[in-house]
Amino acid sequence: MKILVCITHVPDTTTKIKFTPDGSKLDTTGVQFVIGPYDDYALSRAVELKEQFGATLTVLNVGTAETEPSIRKALALGCDDAIRIDAEPTDAFFVAEQIAHICKQNNYDLVLMGRESIDFNGGQVHGIVGELLGIPSFSPVMKLDIEGNIAKMAREIEGGKEYLEAPLPLVLGCQEPIAEWKIPNMRGIMSAKSKPLQVIAPANPQELTKSLSFELPPPKGACKMIPAEEAEKLIELLKTEAKVL
Amino acid sequence: MSVLIFVETAEGKAKPSSLEAVGYGAKVAEMLGTTATALVLGDAQELEKLGNYGASKVLHVADSRLNTGIIQAYSNVIAQAVEKENASVLVLAKSSLGDAVAARVAGRLKAGLASNVVELPNLSNGFVVKRSIYTGKAFANTMISTEKKILAIKKNIYSVTPSSNTASVEAFAPTLNDSDFVAKITNTEKATGTISLPEANIVVSGGRGLKGPENWGIVEELAKVLGAATGCSKPVSDLHWRPHHEHVGQTGVKVSPNLYIAIGISGAIQHLAGVNSSKCIVVINSDPEAPFFQAADYGIVGDAFQVVPKIIEAAKKM
Repeated sequence: MKILVCITHVPDTTTKIKFTPDGSKLDTTGVQFVIGPYDDYALSRAVELKEQFGATLTVLNVGTAETEPSIRKALALGCDDAIRIDAEPTDAFFVAEQIAHICKQNNYDLVLMGRESIDFNGGQVHGIVGELLGIPSFSPVMKLDIEGNIAKMAREIEGGKEYLEAPLPLVLGCQEPIAEWKIPNMRGIMSAKSKPLQVIAPANPQELTKSLSFELPPPKGACKMIPAEEAEKLIELLKTEAKVL
Repeated sequence: MSVLIFVETAEGKAKPSSLEAVGYGAKVAEMLGTTATALVLGDAQELEKLGNYGASKVLHVADSRLNTGIIQAYSNVIAQAVEKENASVLVLAKSSLGDAVAARVAGRLKAGLASNVVELPNLSNGFVVKRSIYTGKAFANTMISTEKKILAIKKNIYSVTPSSNTASVEAFAPTLNDSDFVAKITNTEKATGTISLPEANIVVSGGRGLKGPENWGIVEELAKVLGAATGCSKPVSDLHWRPHHEHVGQTGVKVSPNLYIAIGISGAIQHLAGVNSSKCIVVINSDPEAPFFQAADYGIVGDAFQVVPKIIEAAKKM
C-alpha cells in the first residue's frame, strides 16, 4: 500500500492573529507554526496504517523553505520520504493541482489530509484533488479502517455520523478522533534528518482566487455583568435589549 | 446567465440554512441583473415555496437514489445543473455535505470557490467576497477571477423576509453513472428529536465547570425552554461526557447563532474560535477571571447550579 499524507504549516491554534499595518499579510512576529491539527490526525492515522500493513508513507507540503521543520516532524513520526512543492499555498485549486500532479506519477492507494487548513479554513483541497484524479473523496472522516481493497469509514454529519464503504484509491479529509496525535521519539527525530526530501517547482501554476486584503473583526464592546442573585434578569435583557429571544 | 442555489433537504424539506442561501443567491442574482434558480435533489415537497425566498425557478431531480447525500453523485448533478442553467454563480450553505460537494464541483468546473462567505459580494471592481478565516479570528477579502464562481456561505449572515411569490418547478434528469454510486452508505447514526447544532439559532453549551455528565440536566432543560441546541467544550467531548458532534470550537463544530450561552466554560482561544461569529454571547462562570467574559456580551459570575435554574424559570415565564 502507498499512502500520501498532505500537511499544512499553519499558525498554532493559540495564535492571536494580527496583520501587517497595510492589511496585506499575516504579521508572523512571534507566531509559532505547526502542522495543521487536522493534518496531524491524518498523519497519525497514516502512521498507524503503515505499522499495520507495512505501507510506504510519503509526506507532501506545498510551501516555502520555512515549512521544513513541519516536514521533518512528519518524517520523524514515521513518513519514509517527503516532497515539498516550492510555492506559497495561497489558492486551494493551485494546491490541489500540485497534489494531483504528484499523485498521477505515483498511484497512491490513499491520499490523506486534514478536513481543512486552520488558516484559510477552505476545506476544498481534498475534493478538488479527488475530482482532478477522478476518484472518490470524503470529508470530514473521523474513522478509517482498511479491509482488503475497501475503506470503511465514518464521516461526521450534523448531529451524528454516516458510515461509508468505498474501494481504494480514495482522497480523504480527516478529523478527530480518527487517531491519537503522536509525538516523535528520539530515534525518529534522528532518522528524519537523513530521510529524502525532494523539492519540486510547482507544475502548471494557476490561481482561481486571490485574497486582496485581510482584516480583524471589530473590537467587542464591554461585557454587561448581571449579579448572580438577579440571574433571572438575563432573559428580559436578551429579549428587550439584545433582541435575540 | 443565472445564479444557481443548491438546496439541501432534511426529510424532504429545505434546511433553514439553505433557505438563507436561496435568499442570498436571489440577492446576488438581482445585483447581477439575472434570476435565481434553486436545485433540489431527491424526494422533496413544497418546492414552489422556495419562491418565497426569491427563487424564480426550481430544478428538481426526483431520483430516489439521491435521497441521501452521496458526495460523488451530488457533485456530478450540481455541475450538470450549473452548465444547463449557464449559471455564473453557484451558492450553497456550508455543511458537512455542502462543503464536500462544493469542493468537487469547483474541481470539475475549474470554478473559483470561496467558503465561509459572510457578506454579499462586492462587484465594484471584479467579484470580491469577504470570508471568515483563521477559524473566525479574521476576514479575507478574496477576488474570484474565474467565469464561474462558487460561494459557500456561513449561517446567519443574510436575513431574508419571505414573500408570497412562488417558483415554477421544472423536472431535471441529469446523466448519472454507476461510478457516482461506488461509495455505499452502510449506516447513519443521528441524534433524533433534537435541534441540529450548526442549524440552531440558539446554542446552550456546557464545560468542565459542570463537573460531570450527570449534571447536564440544567443545560438540556435551558436548551429545551429556549428551543436551543446543546453544545460542549473540547475537554467535555474528550472525556466522553458528551458526543463528539456536540464539540464546539476550533477543531469541532463552528457555530454562528443569534445567541450562544456558555455555562462553566472558561473560554480557551480554541473554544472562542468556534463561537466568535455568534451575534450575542452570554457567559456563566464561577471564576470572575475566566477569559470568556472578555468575549461576552452578558456575564454572570456565580455557581451554575444556582444561576441556571433561575434563568430557566424566567425563560419559562417568557
